[in-house]
Amino acid sequence: MSDDLYREQILEHYKNPHHFGELPDADITQEGDNPLCGDVVTLYLKLDDGRLGDVRFRGRGCAISQASASMLTDLIVGKPVQELKTFPTKDLLEELGIQISPARMKCATLSVNTLRVALNGDAGEEE
Amino acid sequence: MIQTRALNAEVVRADFPILGRRINGKPMVYLDSAATSQKPAAVIDVMDDYYRRYNANPHRGVYTISEEATAAYEGARQRVARFINAGSPKEVIFTRNTTEAINLVRFSWGRANIGAGDGILLTEMEHHSNLVPWQLLASEVSARLEFLCIDDDGLLQLDALERQLDGIRLLAITHQSNTLGTINPIKAITDAAHRAGALVLVDGAQAVPHMPVDVQDLGVDFYAFSGHKMCGPTGIGVLWARRALLEAMPPFLGGGDMIKRVKLTEATWNDLPWKFEAGTPSVAEGIGLGAAVDYLTQFGMDAVRAHERTLVDYAMEKLQDVPGITVYGPRDPEVHGGAISFTLPDIHPHDLATLVDREGIAVRAGHHCTQPLMDRLGVAATTRASFYVYNRPDEVDQLVDGIQKAQKVFA
Repeated sequence: MSDDLYREQILEHYKNPHHFGELPDADITQEGDNPLCGDVVTLYLKLDDGRLGDVRFRGRGCAISQASASMLTDLIVGKPVQELKTFPTKDLLEELGIQISPARMKCATLSVNTLRVALNGDAGEEE
Repeated sequence: MIQTRALNAEVVRADFPILGRRINGKPMVYLDSAATSQKPAAVIDVMDDYYRRYNANPHRGVYTISEEATAAYEGARQRVARFINAGSPKEVIFTRNTTEAINLVRFSWGRANIGAGDGILLTEMEHHSNLVPWQLLASEVSARLEFLCIDDDGLLQLDALERQLDGIRLLAITHQSNTLGTINPIKAITDAAHRAGALVLVDGAQAVPHMPVDVQDLGVDFYAFSGHKMCGPTGIGVLWARRALLEAMPPFLGGGDMIKRVKLTEATWNDLPWKFEAGTPSVAEGIGLGAAVDYLTQFGMDAVRAHERTLVDYAMEKLQDVPGITVYGPRDPEVHGGAISFTLPDIHPHDLATLVDREGIAVRAGHHCTQPLMDRLGVAATTRASFYVYNRPDEVDQLVDGIQKAQKVFA
């Protein structure tokens, strides 16, 4: 794991997020936030024959929360919905590839927690 | 008698063992004293000495070390009373912190004196500790909450104060905003509140550590503050209130120490201040607070305020070098205490705080327990730098350098 919290790839996702925007015909729209730091992410999910056909997100907040949301959309698009219901947080953290301090973990996991709320109705156990 | 001493930050720093630490290989620059101050060895040592030499439950034993503990704990109360010019040490109630002091007033005075339809006047800049207790009381007794608004400089808008005080039983207001640094005109507001028949509670958590506070001169009715923001330990705070009010108020917590005579179905209350101090108190912390008062007294609080004002003046000027920065709070240094909040257009406060931490700089990022104020400012969070006796102007320079480095990362 890199020690550089703001390595190039994260800043790139922050400045030019993937799948950024809204889906007017989304099947599921889910907002998630961290009231303590003000990070907000809204996921727009379009389902297609048991798979996640398309995804968009909007959000505002710190680089970690927004870059991880962007990375998450790359990881989940096209995947079976059943699989995504239990999408492991560690897969997203590995993709981030940096050491996340306990104080910043809520930023890093906001998007994946929002995904689980979208698909299961709750975020499940905190990891 | 406490020896007076000039406030030279360079010298003062040596009193604080923690300031010798290095963070991420860099000398620590601690700019979060509004959250909690660092502690001088003089405070750490008296607490250590209590535990090593005379740890005992005060107010109980007739043996030597219990009497020593009682004398030290009550001596600390006398120091605190002098420090804020209380009429008597009996008016100084030790609590756990400011929050508990405010909640004491809520449960004791509030429940007995605020009823359905009565008004509680607060401000938009209150810390949650001087907001949520009144929300809870208001919903319990069907009282109404009213608010004094701020202008774009973070100053209270007082044009309509007299009208807003109509029907108000209690005005609860911060002396100095922990987020904006605004120093509120407590004396003038208190005069108006009293003319309207309201009592005044002041949250002094950010004031007592940083400026001279004379509760009698201010004319207020309740004044709350914490030890840990004024070089003292955590776990000890103070409620000062007028003696006549305290005499008339019912107890807060029930238990040992707060009673005079207990029968199976009833009890009578101890004298002030112990009537409001149930259970074994925070003895070491009380003694530590006494030492913190002595520590600050050697400089004098006018010198502490002047020192911080110099730092704020310098920081307000230097921060203007940062492209795109928005600095909140008063432009007038006369009413701007030692805390400065700001935001940058492209860097979230959490990212900024993480990046400057790499340079060894500790600043606070977030809502600072003032979420309604964040809503008023139209931001989710700010970065806050706050100063104390041990901070130097070159630490402001380091902060500005750290911010500019962060801007390069995000450029």
